[in-house]
Amino acid sequence: MTILADRPSVFADSPEPEPEHEHGPTGILKWITSTDHKVIGKSYTITAVVFFLMAGCMALLIRAQLASPDSTLLSQHTYNEMFTMHGSLMIYLFVGPVAFGGLANYIVPLQIGAPDMAFPRLNALSYWLYLGGGSLMMMGFLTTGSAADFGWVAYAPLSNSINTPGAGPDLWIVALLLTGFSAIFTGVNLVSTIYYLRAPGMTMFRMPIFTWNMLVTGILILIAFPVFTSALVLLWCDRNLGAHIFEVSGGGVPVLWQDLFWFFGHPEVYILALPFFGIVTDVISVFSRKPIFGYRGMVFATISIAALSTSVWAHHMFTTGVVLLPFFSLMSYLIAVPTGIKFFNWIGTMWRGSVKFDTPMLFCIGFLGTFLVGGVTGILLASPPIDFATHDTYFVVAHFHSVVMALVMGAFAGFFFWYPKITGRMLREPLGKACFWLMFIGTNVTFDPQYLVGLKGMPRRVAEYAASDGFTTLNRISSAGSVLLFLSVALFLVNLWISWRKPIPAGDNPWDASTLEWATTSPPPHHNFLKIPPIRTERPVWDYNHPEHRILDHGQPRFASMAASNGGGLAVLDKVDTDGADSFESQDPDR
Amino acid sequence: MKTESHVLLFIGFFFGLVGIIYWVFSHEDAGSIMLLGTFLLGSVPGFYYLWWSRRMSPRPADNPEATVEDGAGVVGAFPGSSIWPFVLGIGATFVGLALVFGAWTLAVGLFLAVSALVGVIFESRRGGLV
Repeated sequence: MTILADRPSVFADSPEPEPEHEHGPTGILKWITSTDHKVIGKSYTITAVVFFLMAGCMALLIRAQLASPDSTLLSQHTYNEMFTMHGSLMIYLFVGPVAFGGLANYIVPLQIGAPDMAFPRLNALSYWLYLGGGSLMMMGFLTTGSAADFGWVAYAPLSNSINTPGAGPDLWIVALLLTGFSAIFTGVNLVSTIYYLRAPGMTMFRMPIFTWNMLVTGILILIAFPVFTSALVLLWCDRNLGAHIFEVSGGGVPVLWQDLFWFFGHPEVYILALPFFGIVTDVISVFSRKPIFGYRGMVFATISIAALSTSVWAHHMFTTGVVLLPFFSLMSYLIAVPTGIKFFNWIGTMWRGSVKFDTPMLFCIGFLGTFLVGGVTGILLASPPIDFATHDTYFVVAHFHSVVMALVMGAFAGFFFWYPKITGRMLREPLGKACFWLMFIGTNVTFDPQYLVGLKGMPRRVAEYAASDGFTTLNRISSAGSVLLFLSVALFLVNLWISWRKPIPAGDNPWDASTLEWATTSPPPHHNFLKIPPIRTERPVWDYNHPEHRILDHGQPRFASMAASNGGGLAVLDKVDTDGADSFESQDPDR
Repeated sequence: MKTESHVLLFIGFFFGLVGIIYWVFSHEDAGSIMLLGTFLLGSVPGFYYLWWSRRMSPRPADNPEATVEDGAGVVGAFPGSSIWPFVLGIGATFVGLALVFGAWTLAVGLFLAVSALVGVIFESRRGGLV
């Protein structure tokens, strides 16, 4: 049945509006048939975390194999499967979907005051394609051959039907076709939702940075995923129909695969990164009790990162010898500029704020440190001479694991930050802090030795090394670190279990946060908002919970001449629209 | 609608510029064509939005002084619970299986997918106002 969503009423109206009841099915049928973005977002998050746990177990196996020289724990073939599926699950099925399918799906409509995503049924289809694709990929383990074992990049000609025969690789290809479509649909949904379903007064430059980043992520998805999806179709034709698109023997070009793959692959890195940049920005602002420093700079930096990230794809292909080195090297260096702006603004937001070190904030600070290490080594790798020396060594592995572990910390910051909104319950702070420290220390213990072992020349994707290579000690340390990471994730699961068994009610706004999702109940009702506060700045909820403070527009006093959202002008308004504020009943327990 | 169009136009402008530079220095086909595609992806909807933004009155979401009452009324029609996305997703998965293991799952997949499409269309027709 189609439901017409009415605009929520003004926040200050005293009579409590009737909550809109959903007359849908309950139980398992609810999870299967729901088109509510909140249910779909939760399904996405849970599924992605399950894939995360599976991929984490594979990582532990890899580290166990590498803990000693000449190890025979895994056969070489199994080792190939493990690192391929570890990478594929993490990149394609966890980090991306948990961000744009899980958290963004849940949070973006709330942050802009929308009742749902723009295309709810398409949203549900995205999830089912993602689940179907993920299942197909895992099904590779059940085939007589093996799961895909050509690396998560599936380079031609290794990925052709002679070098990697069997159903497993084909399942991998088809799985990514399905998840590719799923991602494209989610991208369409995000962009349309943000363009068309914003609440009155929620201009583009009042959107939370997380929503801005999800808009740009949506556009990046639309740029990158169609290329990959069509490349997969070509690869499938090569393997199954005897086409020779990526094979020299029939006049094809193997490097074309790398071009197509990385034209997707590098923007994909930023499709993974931008959502977590957004989470970190919002969390730092909330826990520093300050407006975001340099809001417009943040938006500009996000769009620039997105644009530049799509013009650097061949810096993964320096050693092929057929790419325009100066162009890709220069463009890769340039990404450091907007990323630097972001770092500057994150620090500027914390600067002279009253910083509270709750778990989400700790994860954000961990993110800053870890991402800095990953980012700076990335700039090293953008230099072709350094790349020639370190390509396909553990230096590169350590570089991108620093980056993605920073993103995982961003994801945990998001989990801890929004878990009260999603479930109405708090997570335990001491356990959360222990989880953070284990993860932060574990990340550095695991991946910092890999820089060194990479510089000593250890190649990636090789199952064994000899004792005489001198890699043993560093690999031992690295494997020990992976145990810390395992414990950290285990603590997180314990935390979830405790909050499920012994809930602590969270209230509507436990962090005293500023953006619109905290104006509604936890968890939000069907169609999200019963009432909505007037939106006059980028921090509508803060403005109403703290009428004692002057209303600031992007950190500046609000100006009459510049009625627009953009700041600027000189004449200070005597009375800003606080009419509703007096009768506004804050959910903040302190007031 | 203006800011929305500017975001897309920036993407179009950037990739137009980068595409030209890349083509001049590399004469490489694959990358140049992908950059051309990205240029179109930004500029075509970007200009469309710009064209519209000059012809429509600002929406409440574009107006920084809009009150909640300005947006009163129906936001849009949102479908309630629907089984068909699930059926379509399972159907697509079976079609995917057919691409790997041969034709027999194709029948199942297509049957599910087609019935889901029919179901979605009739669901909307039944649904009422839209």
